Amino acid sequence: MSTRSFGEPVKRNEDRRLLTGQALFVDDIELPGMLHAAFLRSQVAHARIKNIDYSRALQRPGVVAAYAAGDLGEYWQPGPILVLPPPIEGIVFHERTQVPLAKDKVRHVGEPLVIVIAENRYIAEDALDDIDVELEPLAAVVDLEQGLSPGSALVHEDIGSNVSAWVRQTRGNYAAAAAKADLVIKRRFGYEHGISSPIETRGVVAQWDIRANQMTIWDTTQAPVFVRNGLAGMLGLNERQVRVIAPFVGGGFGPKIMMFYPEEVLLPWVSMKLNRPIKWIEDRLEHFFATTHERGQIHDAEIALASDGRILGIKDVFLHDGGAYDPYGLTVPINSQCTLLGPYVVPNYDSTFTQVFTNLPTVTPYRGAGRQHGVFVMERLLDFAAHELNIDPAEIRRRNLIPPDAFPYNNEIIYQDFEVLEYDSGNYEPLLDMALDMIGYGKFREQQATARLQGRHLGIGVACYVEGTGIGPYEGAKVQVQGNGKVSVATGIGTQGQGHFTVFAQIAADQLGVAITDVDVVTGDTDQFYWGAGTFASRGAVVAGNAVNEAARVVRKKALKLASDLFECSEDDLVIDDGKVSIVGIPEKFVKLGDLANQANPMRGAVEPGTEPGLESTQYFGPRMGATANGVHAMIIEMDPGTFDLKILKYVVVHDCGTVINPMILAGQIHGGVAQGIGNAFYEKLVFDDQGQLLNASLADYLLPTALEVPRMELAHTVTKSPLNPMGIKGAGEAGAIPGGPLFAQAIEDALDLKSRSIELLEIPLSPSRLFELTRKATQT
Amino acid sequence: MEIDEHEIMLSVNGVSYKRRVESRLLLSDFLRHDLALAGTHVGCEHGVCGACTILLDGQPIRSCLMLAVQANAREISTIEGLANKDGSYHPLQQAMHDHHGLQCGYCTPGILMTMTAFLDENASSSEDEIREALSGNLCRCTGYQNIVDAVLIAAERMRG
Amino acid sequence: MKPAPFKYVAASSLQHALLLKAEHREEAKFLAGGQSLLPTMNFRLARPAVVIDINGIEDLAGIRLLDGRTGVGALTRYRALQRDAVFARGFPLIAEALPHIAHPQIRNRGTIGGNLSHADPASELPAIMVALRARFRVQAAKQERWIAASDFFKGALTTDLRADEMLVEIDLPPAEPRTGSCFMEIARRRGDFAIAGAAAMLTLGDGDKCIDIRLAFCGIGETPVDAGSAAAALIGHQPTEAAIRDIATSVQTMIDPSGNLHATADYQRHVAGVIAERALQTACRRARNGD
Repeated sequence: MSTRSFGEPVKRNEDRRLLTGQALFVDDIELPGMLHAAFLRSQVAHARIKNIDYSRALQRPGVVAAYAAGDLGEYWQPGPILVLPPPIEGIVFHERTQVPLAKDKVRHVGEPLVIVIAENRYIAEDALDDIDVELEPLAAVVDLEQGLSPGSALVHEDIGSNVSAWVRQTRGNYAAAAAKADLVIKRRFGYEHGISSPIETRGVVAQWDIRANQMTIWDTTQAPVFVRNGLAGMLGLNERQVRVIAPFVGGGFGPKIMMFYPEEVLLPWVSMKLNRPIKWIEDRLEHFFATTHERGQIHDAEIALASDGRILGIKDVFLHDGGAYDPYGLTVPINSQCTLLGPYVVPNYDSTFTQVFTNLPTVTPYRGAGRQHGVFVMERLLDFAAHELNIDPAEIRRRNLIPPDAFPYNNEIIYQDFEVLEYDSGNYEPLLDMALDMIGYGKFREQQATARLQGRHLGIGVACYVEGTGIGPYEGAKVQVQGNGKVSVATGIGTQGQGHFTVFAQIAADQLGVAITDVDVVTGDTDQFYWGAGTFASRGAVVAGNAVNEAARVVRKKALKLASDLFECSEDDLVIDDGKVSIVGIPEKFVKLGDLANQANPMRGAVEPGTEPGLESTQYFGPRMGATANGVHAMIIEMDPGTFDLKILKYVVVHDCGTVINPMILAGQIHGGVAQGIGNAFYEKLVFDDQGQLLNASLADYLLPTALEVPRMELAHTVTKSPLNPMGIKGAGEAGAIPGGPLFAQAIEDALDLKSRSIELLEIPLSPSRLFELTRKATQT
Repeated sequence: MEIDEHEIMLSVNGVSYKRRVESRLLLSDFLRHDLALAGTHVGCEHGVCGACTILLDGQPIRSCLMLAVQANAREISTIEGLANKDGSYHPLQQAMHDHHGLQCGYCTPGILMTMTAFLDENASSSEDEIREALSGNLCRCTGYQNIVDAVLIAAERMRG
Repeated sequence: MKPAPFKYVAASSLQHALLLKAEHREEAKFLAGGQSLLPTMNFRLARPAVVIDINGIEDLAGIRLLDGRTGVGALTRYRALQRDAVFARGFPLIAEALPHIAHPQIRNRGTIGGNLSHADPASELPAIMVALRARFRVQAAKQERWIAASDFFKGALTTDLRADEMLVEIDLPPAEPRTGSCFMEIARRRGDFAIAGAAAMLTLGDGDKCIDIRLAFCGIGETPVDAGSAAAALIGHQPTEAAIRDIATSVQTMIDPSGNLHATADYQRHVAGVIAERALQTACRRARNGD
């Protein structure tokens, strides 16, 4: 067996447990004496808390305890800031983080007021009705512009305004560029992203064992190490007294890395108070309020161009809805600001944003993490420029692509990893060519015309984007060969379906010459691996993968050294394959890896100074900066001009994420991302009223795409290796979700021939009803 | 109010159970917590996502929209009973593994129960028919394509 | 999202169920398929004190023929209707609507009686019953009455059922020869509640002139909207594209949709006209071709 598995569509190690219903998810934890929590949550978006009386709840049979903010004493404190504002000159940032239970004021619908503990969840929910809360409602801040106008209600009064942050970044001199431009286009755009809505909601089980003096927490978190560290600190425990396990997690997509959610903070504290294990499982209704969102931005953007379509500069002023608190700093709008530049040369850039506090749930990254908003603005501006300059939309993009010899390409503004935004590598034009070829761009106009004669309205869209991935700080991995010859890999990040149990096994298996199925991977257990940042920002494969690679490489060297000592030959004369080290050309002279491992951990005798036991190694990888992936999506749709509904006829993705570890898993990530992009563009919309009430808090009315809305996709990829890590890989988790918005806008405009009617689509999400309203309004004026 | 309880006797994956349940206990919770058959997952509790799909007398239904007490004298099939006793896969489980039809795996049991019942009644179906049958199960990870492929392959293999 | 406590009774017979309902009235709810009731109970929007499970009353399910009319037991599940080829041939309007109702798993449990009693304004079957001129047999412990479908639906989620009554049977008149029908729906996703749905039926007589026409809508009013008066313009004439278009325009003028989370009132109005036209054209073509 000497086939290398790296780069192969290896089937997943983790599938059996998932396919047979044997995988452990957090709600599967059953512990003796376990109690259940439910939360009384605010039904209003903004109010002063006058009084909370839960005494009747305590009378209900089966209710064990209830706590409000006042009961937490010194334990009550706002959560830590997770991402500090980046080092940008002139930045304004007002840190206001979420609290475990609302005190004095509630700032969004769903903010928790009381936690009730009962024998089971049914009774806990019954007890919520027993709680009397007196709230004095205040005007809710929902509209961004109104929120910034004088006289607006204030989410955090002590700030004196609803400004959470203000950032301006520039490159070159936009004003000068615009003065010399042949064309300047200005538009106002509105882009709303939605909620992650994984099929598994959040959940926490906390078990304080007073005799063992140990706290064990099962949590659907994407960042178990930081949760462990933070909670240990809050609870006054040593880090090693706390074990956080992220078991199988049913989809993360970003909001499960937000911390510290009130429930994460409260469950362990309650468990210590009551000396009982406590479980809380978020129900779907709660998920709409209790888990973070992404939402909207308003952009006033302008682009200055030469007559041949080359971008001379872009200016953008935008408002970002940050929600009631800003624990995640500025990550989302910085991503918008940076990713707007896309794969294009933008010599002059002037981008300003204000992150606004609103009385709506907190906004933190959700797959794409603000990139969607920026990409929408850029791609739409290019489309309008193409129309005005009479240049084909694909051609105008081609003319602006960063050329392949310009890398590393410095964009001169600061990115979410606090480094200057530099694209490490890329070769953009071939992807555009491939996408155009795969979608049949050249023959489309003829197809479209023929279809029109039959009364069918076809439209095409093409969108380009880059995605900053694989950012630091670092991840680590421990690789160990066990006495039975099997390999164990442990790393600190968690897994929510990305195939880590297979991808990391592939990396280790290739280094150590073992079968992939003989590599056991543990993720997300802080007792198994102590350090790490988490799974987010498309970095798992890049950062943890490289750490696994490094650790496996060191173990390989150790194995070779041990075997060379054993056989008294040079390491160069050895080969590792099929779980054995043997002498090249003499396969019968071998030693099993497992035996080497045993020899490296003798029960008796002396070892040489400096020897480390076992055949294991722990290594860390921290990239200098993120690696830039990129892609092109293209789509053909058919619109029903009567109903304004659409059907996707063809969807193409060409993607470059550097070296590919497992093309099957990569394709799965793209498929899933595209589905979320389709949902974002045309189906998913959070509908708030002017009092901050969410009107569609159910899966019947918040529309996730089904198998009938997501088409078959055709994928291709190119490989431009990243120079930033030994494996040359870039991240891919978010790519599919990023360009859906502009793709739909472009294709719909094309299908309905809106340009000839001077109708432009400047907002996402769209829907048949919204298209009807937009097109008739224009016909009327 | 006194707790309203009822005795029920039912068969799950061929095994008989006799239990006393509160009237309002949802079948999904009963299977997961009373019978410790946690392979059936809960995603929404309002009948939309399909994660909780099980077979009731062979037909896929949403276990979050049924009371445990209603399962009295019925036959339930859950994901735990899908593979063969020797651990070998149902053809759809195998196909899902072969074609990467699952990522986080949370929606997977519901999809397997829905689509194995579909395959039992439809030896040969088009992609459109499969997508229609699948439309009552939400997946947030896969974009459905590989699941559809898995069903097509499984159907082919089951036809022999 | 767990339901509030209640007392559960599995009714052993129709009479048992009706007596219980008479006793508890608004405090009790019948549990049939549960596909509408359980979600509202899980959200705690509905908190009946008593839940009367009628699934064991076998007489309530099934399709029977009597004097050329078809009686569908209220407990008949959508799945059974979908699989009954004779029924589908006799009532293609219902057959065409069934795939739009929720999803297969829901249809395995949901019942026609449960759907009609729930009377969701966006639900397809109430409008179809109006178009079919169905009659409903409604029973209380001590009496029975018949209600025309057009009189049954009073408002959103409100029917003419009294607190002690149950809908037990749906009576459908036989289809006339040379009748074509079409059900068409606008929804965001298949199976979602209709933004607008149109049930059209057209019967041709001598000289291919229209001798009967039905047109009813779901989703655009608190109850099914019977647009028969607008459609009646066609009676005595050969249906032409222009005439059908005129009906569609009158429909747009006569209805008063209120908009919802997924559509503005004007969009509903617009699209009701679109599907009115398309459904009538299809119904007409099917009547001509003898489909």
